[in-house]
Amino acid sequence: MRSIMKKIALAGLFGVTFVGSTAFAQSGDAAKGDVDKGKALFLKNGCYECHGTVGQGGTGPHIAPRTASLAYIRKPAGQMPPYTAKVMSDQDLADVLAYLMSIPAPPASKGIAMLNQ
Amino acid sequence: MSKSKHKSSDRRGFLKGAMAGAAALAAQAPNAAAQAPAGNQLARAEGAAPAEAGVRVVDKPGSDFMVDVIKSLGFEYIFAMPGSSFAGFHESVLNYAGNKNPEYITCMHEESSVAMANGYAKVEGKPVAIAVHGTVGMQHAAMAVYDAFADHSPVYMILGNTQDATRRGGEVGWVHSAQDPAALVRDFTKWDDQPVSLPHFAESAVRAYKIMMTPPMGPVAITIDTDLQDDQIPAGTNLRIPKLSPSTPPAGDAAAIDEAAKMLVAAENPVLVAGRMARTPEGVKRLVELAELLQCAVLDQHRRLNFPNRHPLNQSNRAGQGGKPLMVPVGMAPDLVVGLESNDFYSTIRGVRQRNPQMKVISISAGDLFQRSNYQNFQRYTEEDLSIAADAEATLPYLIEACRTLITSARRVAFQARGAKLAEQSTQALEKARLDATYGWDASPISTARLSAELWAQIRNEDWALVTDSSPWIHDWPLQLWDFKQHHQYIGGAGAEGVGYAAPAAVGAAIAHKKHGRLPIAIQPDGDLMCANGVLWTAAHHKVPMLIMMHNNRAYHQEVMGLQGLANRRQRGIDHIQIGTKIYDPFIDYAKLASSMGIRSEGPVSDPKELAAVIKRGIEVVKSGEPYLVDTVTQPR
Repeated sequence: MRSIMKKIALAGLFGVTFVGSTAFAQSGDAAKGDVDKGKALFLKNGCYECHGTVGQGGTGPHIAPRTASLAYIRKPAGQMPPYTAKVMSDQDLADVLAYLMSIPAPPASKGIAMLNQ
Repeated sequence: MSKSKHKSSDRRGFLKGAMAGAAALAAQAPNAAAQAPAGNQLARAEGAAPAEAGVRVVDKPGSDFMVDVIKSLGFEYIFAMPGSSFAGFHESVLNYAGNKNPEYITCMHEESSVAMANGYAKVEGKPVAIAVHGTVGMQHAAMAVYDAFADHSPVYMILGNTQDATRRGGEVGWVHSAQDPAALVRDFTKWDDQPVSLPHFAESAVRAYKIMMTPPMGPVAITIDTDLQDDQIPAGTNLRIPKLSPSTPPAGDAAAIDEAAKMLVAAENPVLVAGRMARTPEGVKRLVELAELLQCAVLDQHRRLNFPNRHPLNQSNRAGQGGKPLMVPVGMAPDLVVGLESNDFYSTIRGVRQRNPQMKVISISAGDLFQRSNYQNFQRYTEEDLSIAADAEATLPYLIEACRTLITSARRVAFQARGAKLAEQSTQALEKARLDATYGWDASPISTARLSAELWAQIRNEDWALVTDSSPWIHDWPLQLWDFKQHHQYIGGAGAEGVGYAAPAAVGAAIAHKKHGRLPIAIQPDGDLMCANGVLWTAAHHKVPMLIMMHNNRAYHQEVMGLQGLANRRQRGIDHIQIGTKIYDPFIDYAKLASSMGIRSEGPVSDPKELAAVIKRGIEVVKSGEPYLVDTVTQPR
């Protein structure tokens, strides 16, 4: 069980990305969402398990402050599991996307001394 | 050789009577008369003091000679949880050998003993001895033995057992004995034996060491009988210790090496993939020499530190796989891949071979020289154009020379251009890793990138070593952000990916670093520590300097993601997936856990801004010669 799970997760790491960059195109979905509800849903539905609590990435790629498209989350490629309407409603996803859009951009790496050593 | 002072009864029989008791001895049996105890056993069972004639004193037990043999093999330590089946040997280590070479290190689980030995061996390049108690101790040890086997790591096990059924100590002695105790691990050890005499022990003990250290290295087990340990060495016994005759590591066939050199020099874009290639620091030097001669790309799979990770020819960060490529990255398009003790070589080249079916493949691996059948650590069969069954580190000097003679000035010019391009791509990959590390920089729980960067900032001018795996569990950030140059600075992870390996292996590695005065750093997964956390006490008791930073994501996170993926694909939601996968209600306080075992500690720390001060305090304590633990609450990965 452990090894199978590891293989799944590692496959996500190795180029079979959950969310291709083109799928991150800005959409109108986020505009319909509530940031606070979105944050709660992001945590409740385990999005952070692969993408981190502020969408910084982990096993999955970083997804904030950009946003994913609703269509992609419904039918993702690679190892990302689908979030169908039975699991999360369109409004839930819009809230999550709003949360991701609200996350500020990270500081520049050149400005962090310890990252340049 | 001295004689036993009293021989009218034996200690085993005495104990047997004590443990079984008079009632058991009187049990009805078809051959009750034959099983009747000796007189002294009955006396003991009834509470009477044994007669003087039953007192047995031994001047020269067999275990003293066993220790002589073990000392001749140069073991620095013996790692063991105590057990009666090797008590005679234990006593000889302490009182006959003065607890020095080997020194007894008290362990609290046999799995810990073996994993500690694995960590030690990967730093020091030689094994420690491990003592394991009978059936149950071996069962405890088994997972770590498998890890070592899959990791080609030398582990020398001394396994206590009582072979003579008439001399076992009652019920416990019986259930802790076996006809063939090493059978349990025979599928994942290189060799074992159960000697029936001291000369037999001497020969088998030396043979086991030789087999263990011949690449591919692996665990061995020698069963030592309790009576052989405890009985007086018979007068006139001619005991001698055979000379250890280490085998030279097997180097590749000369013709095959010439062919490999031709292919390497002719290739336009060769890639060297190193798994467990560097057995020693010399291995790193040899791989650098070959890569620089050819100015070709190196992918270090980091089962060991095979190649400096900031070397311009190191392309591991390009893989987008956290600095530990398990497959050749899409952008590299090699026309030749050379596996050097590569791990899971089939998967490593599968994608790139599909993209370029004409690509040539060479493998140099000692793994082809020895394999068991049952456990499947050998991975999928790989089709290769040239397969050299040999130790890669031993083969590299010949391959380097063969390449050198073939390189023309024109090829040298082409190589320089290739190397310059690779250096540029390596720099870009490092910059991308640094950029990726900024995401979630100030997040709480603390990002694993921030944790790794804060550590690096404070250890980079020290004589440091990472003693845990820079694993996917922490997105391999140390391998992406730190500057690993030396072989001992990185030892890879569990060969068979067994959870529970990291903590003991880290302590074992830190024990190896101790005499060198290095600063060992462990980034310790929480679930792994809870498998056998008594290893913290071992570190405290033996004053093992090491800084343990918890990667406390409060879950068996790999399983969280796996279960979550399944639940979503089944469209059932993830409301219940925390059951059985998350470590909560209550959260574990690792600082208190460590403190309870004598390790100075602090935490939980969730604010990344506190890290710098916390790490600084920890390093000060470690430099004073003690372990220190920081409970850092972290992001999932």
